Amino acid sequence: MATLTATTSSTRTPALLKSRATRKLLVLALAAAILAPILNTHWGSGAWPHALTVDLSHPLGKVNDWIIDNRDSHPLFLYFFGYISNAVVIAVRAVYLTLLAAGWAGVTAFGALLAWRLGGIKLATGTAAAFLTCGALGMWVPTMQTLALMVVAVLVSVAVGALLGLASGLSDRMDRALRPVLDTMQVLPAFAYLLPVVLVFGIGVPAAVLATVVYAAPPMARLTALGLRGADPEVLEAVESLGTTARQRLLTARIPLARKELLLGLNQTIMMALSMAVIASVIGAAGLGDRVYQALASVDVGAALAAGIPIVLLAVVLDRVTGAAGAGREQSGRGRSSHEQPGPLGGPYARAVALAAVLGGTVAVALAARLLGRPDWPASWTVDIASPVDRAVDWMTSHLYSGVPVVGGTADWAGHFTTWVLNPVRSGLQGLPWWAVLLVVAALAWLIGTWRTALTAVLAMAAIGVLGVWRPSLDTLSQVLAAVAVTLVLGFAAGIAAARSDRVDRALRPVLDVFQTMPQFVYLIPVVALFGVGRAPAAAAAVVYALPAVVRITAQGLRQVDPAALESARSLGATSRQQLWQVQLPLARRSLLLAVNQGVVLVLAVVIIGGLVGGGALGYQVVFGLAQGDLATGLVAGAAIVCLGLMLDRVTQPTERRARKGA
Amino acid sequence: MRTRTHIRTTVPVAVAAASALTLLTGCGAADMTKQASPFANARGSKTVTLSVQSWVGAQSNVAVAQYILEHKLGYRVDTVQVDEVPAWDALSQGRVDAILEDWGHPDQEKRYVEDKKTIAPAGGLGVTGHIGWYVPTYLVKQHPDITNWKNLNKYASLFRTAESGGKGQLMDGSPSYVTNDKALVKNLKLNYQVVFAGSEAAQITQIKQFAKEKKPFLSYWYAPQWLFEKVPMTEVKLPPYKEGCDADPAKVACAYPRTPLQKYLNAGFAKSGGKAAQFLKKFKWTTQDQNEVSLMIAEKKMKPADAAKKWVDSHPSVWKKWLS
Repeated sequence: MATLTATTSSTRTPALLKSRATRKLLVLALAAAILAPILNTHWGSGAWPHALTVDLSHPLGKVNDWIIDNRDSHPLFLYFFGYISNAVVIAVRAVYLTLLAAGWAGVTAFGALLAWRLGGIKLATGTAAAFLTCGALGMWVPTMQTLALMVVAVLVSVAVGALLGLASGLSDRMDRALRPVLDTMQVLPAFAYLLPVVLVFGIGVPAAVLATVVYAAPPMARLTALGLRGADPEVLEAVESLGTTARQRLLTARIPLARKELLLGLNQTIMMALSMAVIASVIGAAGLGDRVYQALASVDVGAALAAGIPIVLLAVVLDRVTGAAGAGREQSGRGRSSHEQPGPLGGPYARAVALAAVLGGTVAVALAARLLGRPDWPASWTVDIASPVDRAVDWMTSHLYSGVPVVGGTADWAGHFTTWVLNPVRSGLQGLPWWAVLLVVAALAWLIGTWRTALTAVLAMAAIGVLGVWRPSLDTLSQVLAAVAVTLVLGFAAGIAAARSDRVDRALRPVLDVFQTMPQFVYLIPVVALFGVGRAPAAAAAVVYALPAVVRITAQGLRQVDPAALESARSLGATSRQQLWQVQLPLARRSLLLAVNQGVVLVLAVVIIGGLVGGGALGYQVVFGLAQGDLATGLVAGAAIVCLGLMLDRVTQPTERRARKGA
Repeated sequence: MRTRTHIRTTVPVAVAAASALTLLTGCGAADMTKQASPFANARGSKTVTLSVQSWVGAQSNVAVAQYILEHKLGYRVDTVQVDEVPAWDALSQGRVDAILEDWGHPDQEKRYVEDKKTIAPAGGLGVTGHIGWYVPTYLVKQHPDITNWKNLNKYASLFRTAESGGKGQLMDGSPSYVTNDKALVKNLKLNYQVVFAGSEAAQITQIKQFAKEKKPFLSYWYAPQWLFEKVPMTEVKLPPYKEGCDADPAKVACAYPRTPLQKYLNAGFAKSGGKAAQFLKKFKWTTQDQNEVSLMIAEKKMKPADAAKKWVDSHPSVWKKWLS
């Protein structure tokens, strides 16, 4: 053994690594050699054996009926869900009425003053401009509805997330128990949650708020736990030596020390809640999302965009303001400590005065607008962007769809992509024996992670088979794989370009911002207009949505590569291309893996929504379940999506995972 | 897995929210059946919430009803877009007050109208709906016999697309629509593959693209529909509809029936909805009226409110009857 491994030191590490990988593969090959014939004779190969499925349609149908029949009478609903539902409605209504009472002038003034206080005059101007744009697009009331929904959803998400984070930050056992739960919540595509929530709460705001909370709470929980765990042990020791109780330590040291993570958590929660605001419109959330959704029903891209832009603006404003709150607080804390600082909390008195100024200013402006008789956004102050956008889309579709010389039209590309890529991948996957699929999943997950990751991935895949949706799931999987491949090729290329040139980076940034926050639904009609109905447009929408995250993470990873390593490569006379391939990319391996992982999760989310444009498979079944109130179909497909998401996440999971879903 | 994550997150929310609310309201049962949207009745005005379905005809009904409710009767109107079956559920709970165009949901009618009595029928809309298979009229000019289902197999190769494999493509729309097409293809032994566009928007976009290039297509479609004005289509004859021939969804081998479209109101709203409920019960117009408004909305890209105003201004004799 010793002589065998005693090779030169330069090859030892790769050889060892390789041998570990080969050993894993050998174990799997051995298992396959023994198990495959047995499984084959028992259940045959090909698709998942029917004998191993469980038919849930009957029991789920019964649950469905039971809920509908007992919703008005059973104590569970009267004293539990009913209260939640009422509380949500009352809270959202209170916020909405406040916003309406403030009027457009009041809300704009409040936003601007708050932004000014937290981030300076530039941010204030931007905030005011954003609010005024929402009004000018004729979207003031829907914007306020979305804002009211967001305020409540974010508050609840933050409360839930902070509680969960506190629990897992303080107790190792809770942390272990909660981690898989949060993991799962983060890889779930939002579309899969809607049905069960709707069934219990019915269509409307309560269901939308609760679905949003499930989606938006995990980053808060994760970052809270991270912040609590990351507190400087020396400071904690010092505080402990002062004889404080555990509770005092938590309140005076650990939580204030975790402030940065807490604010980042808030920021992430807001972003995710906003992206859910549109998806929740499918279950009657009203507001901007509903406008996007209604515009799409009449195939009106322009109107969808008019409602999509306020969502982007809200996202940008909320992102910058919470970001400034985090940065500003740190700075002011530091700045003041050099002068005479009034107290450990950075001057509660000064802060109260500032808050009073903001509120006072708001009230003054709101009253002034009211006295002038303009509490509502004046109808004549709106700009119509729908018709020019529609004309642009019409031009695109009539000139690019087909018959473009040399390159062929977009419809031809879509056809080729379907026949040459999607179809072979799908038939390949569906043609594999079921145990072979499990084996491949096990091998991939084990190579990249531990045996635990492999086990989770295999169990998730097996669950899909047991649920009886093996074939549609592999169909969805083939779409994900094809779309991810395209995303990665484009994303890595753009990411490398952005990392190597500041100009490209600057040019790309606003584009990526918009793509990332624009609701996915807005893409759906243009992709149909360009690529026809089917799986190709679903894949195209997924690529557009997932690209920003991949580009960002790639560029960031490449930029963070140790400059010393690059310098030494350069001094050895490496060409620019050699530096890239032999130094930067290998050193940024971890970031690239993260980019793959994020790409996969995001693509899956949109491929599912692709059910609305002919993507078929699981996405169609979820839409069908929602549309027909068919719990059995919808829930089984939803569960399969969850399993698929888990499997894909585990198979591509880098050793370090970010605490954020959308990057 | 699903339920566990769900419960884990809802429990703390629930406890927090429930205790907060108990403090506010004292202890008592919360009635899940009486919940309006938090955005309703916002400025002291009475609000009616109408359910809008995704197709444009339904939007036209709602646009005109909304215009009259707001401008002639002084209500505020909220609209909610949800699919048909969830809309029934929402109607029974009072989340919406009215559905103005229902294409027939016997299960839901039995559950909510007959058994629970939470939904009240509000008469016909005056429009008769019909679902069928359609081919573009320019194709019929080339192949006159294509309009009989017996000849469809002969032309299957014309309708082949990347999505349909080696078979012809029969395009279906939104998953929320009533369809027997998969069973029909199987039972009539047609060499076709049903491809679901997934939403009406996607289906219309695709039909327009096909029509622009005069390409052949076969699609599930329905009348009344404004798209016929833009893309003339001819119905393909299926074996004739007889009462009950579609009773067993797996064995259907006949055409779709003609359905007089119905209106439904929330039972409580029907009783105490005052003038609004009275008006919605009387609301009744013709296919032609509806198409006029639909075309303005979908093709001329007018805002539904503007289209409704234009129609209302030019047809006073029709809507004055609804208010009497």
